[in-house]
Amino acid sequence: MRGNMDTLELKKRANEVRKGIVTAVHGAKAGHPGGSLSAADIFTYLYFEEMNIDPANPKMEERDRFVLSKGHTAPGLYSALANRGYFPVEDLPTLRHLGSYLQGHPCLQHVPGVDMSSGSLGQGISAANGMALGAKLSGKDFRVYTLLGDGEIEEGQVWEAAMFAGYRKLDNLVVIVDNNGMQIDGRIEDVCSPYPIDKKFEAFNFHVINLADGNDMEQIRAAFKEARETKGMPTAIIAHTLKGKGVSFMEGQVDWHGKAPNDEEYKVAMADLERIGEALCQK
Amino acid sequence: MSEIKKIATREAYGKALAEFGEDYPDMVVLDADLAAATKTSVFKKKFPDRHIDCGIAEANMMGIAAGLSLTGKIPVASTFAMFASGRAFEQVRNSIGYPHLNVKIGATHAGITVGEDGASHQCNEDIALMRTIPGMTILNPSDAVEARACVKAALDYEGPVYMRFGRAAVPVINDREDYSFEMGKGVMLREGSDVTIVATGILVASALEAAERLEKEGISAEVINIHTIKPLDSDLITTSAGKTGKVVTAEEHSVIGGLGGAVCEALAESCPVPVCRIGINDVFGESGSAGALVIKYGLDGEGVYKKVKEFLKKF
Repeated sequence: MRGNMDTLELKKRANEVRKGIVTAVHGAKAGHPGGSLSAADIFTYLYFEEMNIDPANPKMEERDRFVLSKGHTAPGLYSALANRGYFPVEDLPTLRHLGSYLQGHPCLQHVPGVDMSSGSLGQGISAANGMALGAKLSGKDFRVYTLLGDGEIEEGQVWEAAMFAGYRKLDNLVVIVDNNGMQIDGRIEDVCSPYPIDKKFEAFNFHVINLADGNDMEQIRAAFKEARETKGMPTAIIAHTLKGKGVSFMEGQVDWHGKAPNDEEYKVAMADLERIGEALCQK
Repeated sequence: MSEIKKIATREAYGKALAEFGEDYPDMVVLDADLAAATKTSVFKKKFPDRHIDCGIAEANMMGIAAGLSLTGKIPVASTFAMFASGRAFEQVRNSIGYPHLNVKIGATHAGITVGEDGASHQCNEDIALMRTIPGMTILNPSDAVEARACVKAALDYEGPVYMRFGRAAVPVINDREDYSFEMGKGVMLREGSDVTIVATGILVASALEAAERLEKEGISAEVINIHTIKPLDSDLITTSAGKTGKVVTAEEHSVIGGLGGAVCEALAESCPVPVCRIGINDVFGESGSAGALVIKYGLDGEGVYKKVKEFLKKF
């Protein structure tokens, strides 16, 4: 079933999801915190509010689907799933460990709630296309969401998929671009700029929503509501986010794209998030 | 050979899709702007709503197939072997193979018999590529009858399957009442004692022709049809190798990594005997008619016969 939470409660959950991300990556001694944290509010909104899901029945036929096309931000997805009750939050620090079901990139056979294996950039959006098409062919009304990185959309396959979704009028598909402005080699406009992102999706026959602050729960809610009301074409939400959001020394720092905090940094990061959490409790 | 009926395996593939469309209502056929050539157009004519043309975008097509399978559909993604296994290799590996999804890949225009289009389109590497993907089943039928059987078997099997079909009309050799198909089981077509010829695809007919000629010279050749290259029927091949002591492999594919590679790997570990690999000898093809190319590259009955004779002189 879909969620029914007020915005403050969602913000608190998002903060818990961030703690899980930092804890998982610290435990793994590797992984991708920057893009997990930038998308934490979107992960939270999807799993706690937007999607029709049942953590007790992860394979429910009529469920909405989510494909993490930017698979390297698995810590964000895993933390959202764990906090939502798909598996114990206590397992998050086993991320990337030998023998753990929490593989470095999402694996649908091993992780409850993961709808598609991903990790190789550009491929998830095509699988999401297939799911959305499958729903249409079967006359089912489930919806499909896929999250892409802004660096990821440099992959040509993304635009093959965009062409297909626009042409086939897959209005049960929502493509979210986490536009945190950074990829491994630097700022996206300095590497091989994919801008303008909105105009590209418009040209591929998407309804485009420019989400001015993709870390603002009210704005996220409004964007997904608009997507849900859009008929006859797929929706692309271009979410302007802050890489590393919530952890002081990671915010806006490209270095934290794919690096784990050491023990000292972990303490600072968790203290940052504790403070945010306390402030939310006083509202 | 003129009295023998000839049909392209791609023709049989297209017909089979259309034939089984009714019994498999979850089947969805995908193509990448080659429906007329791959023959999925035959299915499209009968089931237009379940035929999805993805345009010239094979990478996306493989991903769509993956997604469809996760909604309970049985997608059959079709394009030329070059693009299915080459261009879209990583999508097949990561989006279909890694999650072990129930996707069928119908790859047509495999091998040198693509003919006039030339080397850019003559895929002699697809079996090698697909073999490296864990859990991938590879079917390579020897004629139209077997092509139909392959499609049925793939539809009945849960998991990823790569099916390999050809463009050119080839002899129908399995048109008999007692024909049956079991995935993963090689077929003993002819028993012999001097040499084993393990063949796949259109080389099965060439192997049978060669065996007949060899018999006239007092050489007894065993002929095994390997329609399932992966998982390989190692037991049958090893047992035969143990009996004859000499093995020839024959395929319309590079001698590297295909049936020849698979057989060598199996024999090296359990029954090391001399092996002669007949196929495309690590070169690119060229334009020409399918028939002329098959002769030039030594893949016809005569070519196989000669190679076996040379091999037997050495060992």
